[in-house]
Amino acid sequence: MVMFTIRRFLQLIPVFFGATLLVYFLVFATPGDPIAALSGGKPMAPAVEAALRAQYNLDQPFWMQYFLYLKNLVTLNLGQTFSGQEVADVIARAYPVTARLAIMALAFEAFFGILFGVIAGLRKGKLFDSTVLVASLVVIAVPTFVLGFVLQLVVGVKLGWARPTVSGTAPWNELILPALVLGLVSLAYVIRLTRASISENMNADYVRTATAKGLSRRRVVVVHILRNSLIPVVTFLGADLGGLMGGAIVTEGIFNVPGVGNLLFQAIKKGESATVVAVVGILVIVFVVANLVVDLLYAWLDPRIRYV
Amino acid sequence: MRFSRTSKALGLAAVVAMSLSACGGGTDSGNTATGDTTKVITANNTEPENGLLPANTNEVGGGKVMDLIFTGLVSYDVTGRTVNELAESIETEDSQNYTIKIKSGQTFSDGSPITGKSFVDAWNFGAAAKNKQLNSYFFESIKGYDTVSAEGATVDTMEGLKVVDDTTFTVELAQAESDFPLRLGYTAFYPLPESAFADPAAFGQNPVGNGPYKLAEGGWKHDVSIELVPNDKYNGPRKAQNGGVTFTIFTSLDAAYTSVQADTLDVLKDVPPSGLQNFTTDFEGRNVNQPYAGNANMTIPSYLPEFQGEAGTMRRQAISMAFDRQQIIDKIFYGTKTVATEFTSPVLDGFNKAIPGNEVLKFDAAKAKELWAKADAISPWPADKVFTVTSNIDGPGNKEYITAMANQISTNLGIKAELNPVTSFKEMRAMVNKKELTGASRAGWQADYPSLYNFLGPLFGTGAGSNDGNYSNPAFDAKLKAGLAATSVDEGNKLFNEAQEILFKDMPAVPLWYQAVQGVWSNNVNTVQFGWDGQPLLYAVTAK
Amino acid sequence: MSENLTPENDPAARVTPASRQGKTSTRFIEHFVAPLEETPLAAVDKVDEEAAPLSLWADAWRNLRKQPLFIISALLIILVVVVAVVPQWFASVDPTSCTLDDSAEGARAGHPLGFTLQGCDVYARVIYGTRASLMVGIFTTLGVLVIGGIMGALAGYYGGWLDTILARLGDIFFALPLILGAIVINQLPAFRDNRSVWTVVVALVAFGWPQIARITRGAVLENRNADFVTASKALGLTPFRALVKHVIPNSLAPIIVVASISLGTFIVAEATLSFLGLGLPQSVMSWGNDIAAAQPQVRNNPGVLLWPAVALSITVLSFIMLGDALRDALDPKARKR
Repeated sequence: MVMFTIRRFLQLIPVFFGATLLVYFLVFATPGDPIAALSGGKPMAPAVEAALRAQYNLDQPFWMQYFLYLKNLVTLNLGQTFSGQEVADVIARAYPVTARLAIMALAFEAFFGILFGVIAGLRKGKLFDSTVLVASLVVIAVPTFVLGFVLQLVVGVKLGWARPTVSGTAPWNELILPALVLGLVSLAYVIRLTRASISENMNADYVRTATAKGLSRRRVVVVHILRNSLIPVVTFLGADLGGLMGGAIVTEGIFNVPGVGNLLFQAIKKGESATVVAVVGILVIVFVVANLVVDLLYAWLDPRIRYV
Repeated sequence: MRFSRTSKALGLAAVVAMSLSACGGGTDSGNTATGDTTKVITANNTEPENGLLPANTNEVGGGKVMDLIFTGLVSYDVTGRTVNELAESIETEDSQNYTIKIKSGQTFSDGSPITGKSFVDAWNFGAAAKNKQLNSYFFESIKGYDTVSAEGATVDTMEGLKVVDDTTFTVELAQAESDFPLRLGYTAFYPLPESAFADPAAFGQNPVGNGPYKLAEGGWKHDVSIELVPNDKYNGPRKAQNGGVTFTIFTSLDAAYTSVQADTLDVLKDVPPSGLQNFTTDFEGRNVNQPYAGNANMTIPSYLPEFQGEAGTMRRQAISMAFDRQQIIDKIFYGTKTVATEFTSPVLDGFNKAIPGNEVLKFDAAKAKELWAKADAISPWPADKVFTVTSNIDGPGNKEYITAMANQISTNLGIKAELNPVTSFKEMRAMVNKKELTGASRAGWQADYPSLYNFLGPLFGTGAGSNDGNYSNPAFDAKLKAGLAATSVDEGNKLFNEAQEILFKDMPAVPLWYQAVQGVWSNNVNTVQFGWDGQPLLYAVTAK
Repeated sequence: MSENLTPENDPAARVTPASRQGKTSTRFIEHFVAPLEETPLAAVDKVDEEAAPLSLWADAWRNLRKQPLFIISALLIILVVVVAVVPQWFASVDPTSCTLDDSAEGARAGHPLGFTLQGCDVYARVIYGTRASLMVGIFTTLGVLVIGGIMGALAGYYGGWLDTILARLGDIFFALPLILGAIVINQLPAFRDNRSVWTVVVALVAFGWPQIARITRGAVLENRNADFVTASKALGLTPFRALVKHVIPNSLAPIIVVASISLGTFIVAEATLSFLGLGLPQSVMSWGNDIAAAQPQVRNNPGVLLWPAVALSITVLSFIMLGDALRDALDPKARKR
């Protein structure tokens, strides 16, 4: 198990380089001229333009740009944004906010997703099950940019229960509403995955055995059925953590959360490779670690799965 | 010079007019502080895209901050009139050599004196290529700019700038330009203290200015907020009437709008499309809808093969007459704009709504179709050619109005017309700069300084910096030149309006409408005034 | 096989016990011992060598076609597909002839759902938007199922270095969030210059497959050590055939669940792409395009947004129901006893 974990961390190295290379190339391949955008459509003195191009290595061919980026990376220099800030600083500001948001969203979808999923799975075809299905449909069919906007208006303005937008420091309590909106779509997945798994396992032999042994229904459900039903759910949640961190563009925009999603989106639009690569590089690490945790959880949930 | 089409962060930023904070001349602003003058006011903004240096701030996000923490030789009042701020006098006899005297005893917020040298050094710094300042071309009129702006230049002072004594300096231009004094209220021309030049990058993060406000200690919290506190060294006409201004950074106007509704943000400039229909009822008695010096138009580049020669001119006019501006304003913008009758803005001195030839701006489907048919007789429109209007669509409302316009052009001319959406501003600019447009493109202009010329020269003058359509007409250039050299403002304006008659014949761009600012404010503050450039006068906002 | 008749429920086997001779008890004891010669055991036990073996799939199909859930969802899906193929049968109004005169007007004769901001008929646009939306949803789902499913199954089943490479490849693609990846792909010149449904599908597949791959890998990992797999290998199946014949069919449940929801989220993802200007070209009608365009008017004219969303919901619902039915049919344990 320890060896397994160490090996997994060693794998991070090629994955990190692979991802940064891919991202660097993708940003490089997008059309448009970052320096022209910087001038805002106004004329720019040719000498200034040339100097700026040189500053961001934009006058170099692709491989050279990537090489220069890696060279800086070795000295832990992540480069600068077009506005002259250190990318490291920008990221250090944005990641904690997004991490808070993503963890809350994940906790929300895990808790309610599994809870509703279990109930729906145990009472398949009953009223609760159908209600949850219809509610999930709404969440799936109405895009976040609409749902978030409406929730913000109702909860934040009409009812006044929460600040409609997040204030500067983005404290936990102000992130509740955004986290809810962010977690909603995934919530639908978790509910349905749990429900499917539960209803599949409900008829398994070990459940009959457990019931026959005289165990309480509660114990049967929680200890026997649930534990054996969690593998797909845990897989999904593990993969979702990274998705929540990088994919919160729309939610972060609606609630004005100064996080990674917005940062990434703006940087892609500006063609700011240094920022994009750094953000994605950290996301890769998040993914690999999340997947490692998921794999370790597999072994705990199902003793037949073993790692050496 | 800014293009509103450049909107970057969900629509604002980029080239949208830099706010020349309309500094009402104190007495005529009529705004006496009746409310609480100690509370901090919050307003929306976007993250400044560059360090806060005058010659490097070319977008609204930074411009709004710069205009509160700096003050120039002149400023513009609510109506756009130029008033002296730091300047005691600006004198010239030939429109080429200027002698500028500044008021004595003025200081920056750190106590260092403002002298002629503060300006000369700042301008030289801004112009020198090695300093990579985005606004460097603003100094191109000054003699010696060519030398300092050349690649690898070793000289870093312009020979046209000379310090005479502590309160006097002279400017020699490369040629006579009578509107030079008008430009001096623009951000690029602000002075800098001595301390700025040692480490400009660090200064840009923590600037020391001379405006009504100064940056609070550690006040620039990137991507979150910018906190300004009153500058007690300032004694000009824009004295702060509140306990400070905090800019909250928003990437979405929708979010800002809801924040004002919940009273967690005090002042919002620019109501988003989702609020246009409701803002007067959402904010009863707390909203404003007033015209400012900006317009919207559609550039049809001169390099398009279908728009050349006589047939091209007819097609341009046909397109201009093929859609109903008023209906689009009513339905898409809920009546918050005014139909254009010429190429500038009605808030400017010299505006004339009855320029001969402007009937091509009137909706007339029958006439449009007839002209289009005539053009087809000369050179046929390619059978499957789609008339596209390119626009970056992150600006609020762009997508909607261009779609409506394209629908009407399709119906009334019997061709296919369509919005060509572009996601990012950098992509849009690359297409424009490389002359790769295959159809029309969205354009707009917001004044740098209040003058008819500012709407004509930079956009349509041969080879001008923002002449995206590559328009060139010697007769038009001659009229502009004559206007600039005119002895009186009225005489100049008359010539500029004659130049517009030429534009109506050639139609290098199709004027659409004049912009108006829709602003709202929270229950926490008293009435907010907006200036000639559409920016709220934040220094005059008082809390309830 | 549950089709076998057991003595308890075979009417032929319920015979009255023959009367006995000698000392008998007055107590009636019911013995369920059928006289051998009268029990049609031979017919039961006899293996029909001619009949094709009942495969899991054939079995599932027999089960499926009797389920109301399946019948309803299949009919709905057929309806949606027909609308997508021949929209003109369902709407007589041209969805592209829009005039601002009708902007945001309410319903009236011939226009049951009112008009959009641009003055287009909402009903006609919902009908004509079906094709593009359905294509995006179905083909993207198929694409991620094929790529993600194969990658995930191989990784989970064989483990070792193959798992490492495939899983890490997934991590790399996953690190670029779906929408952002699509933005980049969509901007590449090859796609930008002739945008179509396929551009959107390719973009969504390229960055969507790792999710299915992770789910498949997890499910396969759970099943590869199950007794029935060991048994089938002991019976001489090659490991690969065991994967195809036994592991994958038993791992389908979570994959079907995720795929049927994803179908909906892909259609909505197209809406978000359109919202950002990266989706389908303006001339192609889709629910996503319309939902995105209706967003600013949601406070005053929610109907314009509601109807394409309802159409999307019905489509997603029918696929979720189909997925449920299919899942139940494939799972012998979940069948009613």
